Amino acid sequence: MANLNQAVNEGRPLALSVRGLEFSFAGQAPLFQGLDFNIKQGEFVSILAASGIGKTTLFRLLSGLIAPQAGTIAIGQAAYSAVEASAKRQIGYMPQKDSLMPWRTVLDNAALGLELAGTPKREARRQVMELLPSLGLEGTERKYPHELSGGMRQRVSFLRSLLGGGELFLLDEPFSALDAMTRVSMQEWLLQVWEQHRKTILFITHDVDEAILLSDRVLVAAESPITKLSELKINLPRPRSYETSLDQTFLESKRQLLELLGRTSRSPVGGSV
Amino acid sequence: MKRKVSTSIPVVVFVVLLAAIWEAGTRLFDVPHYIIPKLSDVFISMWDNRDLLGKHWLVTLWEALLGLGISIVIGTLAAILIDRSTLARKTIYPLIVGSQTIPIIVLSPIMVMWFGYEIWSKITVVILFTFFSIAVNTADGFRSADPDIGALMKTMGASRRDLLLKWKLPSALPGFFTGLKMAAAFSVGGATLGEWLGGEKGLGVYTKRASNMLRADAVFSGVLLLSAMGILLFLAALWLEKAVLAYRRR
Repeated sequence: MANLNQAVNEGRPLALSVRGLEFSFAGQAPLFQGLDFNIKQGEFVSILAASGIGKTTLFRLLSGLIAPQAGTIAIGQAAYSAVEASAKRQIGYMPQKDSLMPWRTVLDNAALGLELAGTPKREARRQVMELLPSLGLEGTERKYPHELSGGMRQRVSFLRSLLGGGELFLLDEPFSALDAMTRVSMQEWLLQVWEQHRKTILFITHDVDEAILLSDRVLVAAESPITKLSELKINLPRPRSYETSLDQTFLESKRQLLELLGRTSRSPVGGSV
Repeated sequence: MKRKVSTSIPVVVFVVLLAAIWEAGTRLFDVPHYIIPKLSDVFISMWDNRDLLGKHWLVTLWEALLGLGISIVIGTLAAILIDRSTLARKTIYPLIVGSQTIPIIVLSPIMVMWFGYEIWSKITVVILFTFFSIAVNTADGFRSADPDIGALMKTMGASRRDLLLKWKLPSALPGFFTGLKMAAAFSVGGATLGEWLGGEKGLGVYTKRASNMLRADAVFSGVLLLSAMGILLFLAALWLEKAVLAYRRR
């Protein structure tokens, strides 16, 4: 099957380039050793790995919250380091938990990034209000997080990241805490939003189906320490929906991913790792 | 509003019932007035001395409020220091907690020696009574701040000031108000004790003099007014908490 996305992505500049990344927490076994990988602008890439292998640590490195022992991280065309990129608000980080401020309304939570960037309050609110309908959050602007469902809170959190950063979006298992039904609708929702905005997204997940459904490419981290990421291109046409998961190509990709994870021989085929 | 009225009914009924038992008991068993005066006598004494009591009441209220205000400032500053510095967390925090094992009542006469019979000795005792609950509860509030929100703000280029004002302080507010409610109730006891140990004005002085004269009705009228003051201060703190943390009731 001809993959249009892939062809489009080929000529694009890099949104993220990681070279020779080394990191270990003090006194512990290394998590990353000589890790290289690239993400092109406008790509949706998932990193698929078992829990506890260092996925969240990778995101903390990419957003400059912690510093690697060796290696370089270059973000965007200007090749900012992770710390620079954060300071210049080039990164939209969406943590695993929604991490909304309980004392702020939806409006003020979503506007946090703009507010920190010094955008005048009225202008920030206007930008949030403009996007609320497209996120299915119309009419919630005066509500507080505890008045919303889990799925809605994640959408507010996503909106906050969307408005907070520019070049690269880091999504850390954003749907893992949601129930299965909500998760499916959130995945379809994210597909829609992404197909509209075409931002560069790096998505961490431990859910094989989710990775295939959403991504252009899936990077698999099978062993610890992570020295390389095996790559699988997902040749499914877009726009995609949950129906896509019934496609023969989907199942073939799933088989290949499970193989890369070294799971097929040991355990029966399951949806998540 | 409706809910508020209905929740306060049981306690009002209970207080009225206790008052009735007091009045009936003292009449029925003919209790000597210097042991337990009749409640009606307490109110009569309160009415007869209303001008004097009003003046003393305001003096004690002023001491309690001033001490409370200073405790809020230094308690919050101590909490910020404890939160910001690991050294302070390991040194000052245990010391503040440990200081609660000191019986303040024993320490209070020293305050009078240091700060004299003027208002400052009373205010110092109020601070001793109230500083702890504000500092410790606010420090715990800071500690409860969600680190993920802080990390997120850092990826958005937040400054240290942003982190304090938009993340740490709002996170600490519920803890601060828990401390403030306790401190508001303690402050009246602190002011009264300060007055007992040496002073010329305030309900502590009034009740001490009345007690020396075996005027139990006057002592009880002072005690009732002090307790009303404590309740009022507590309710004011509660009201402030509800106004500031309005989002939690939604």
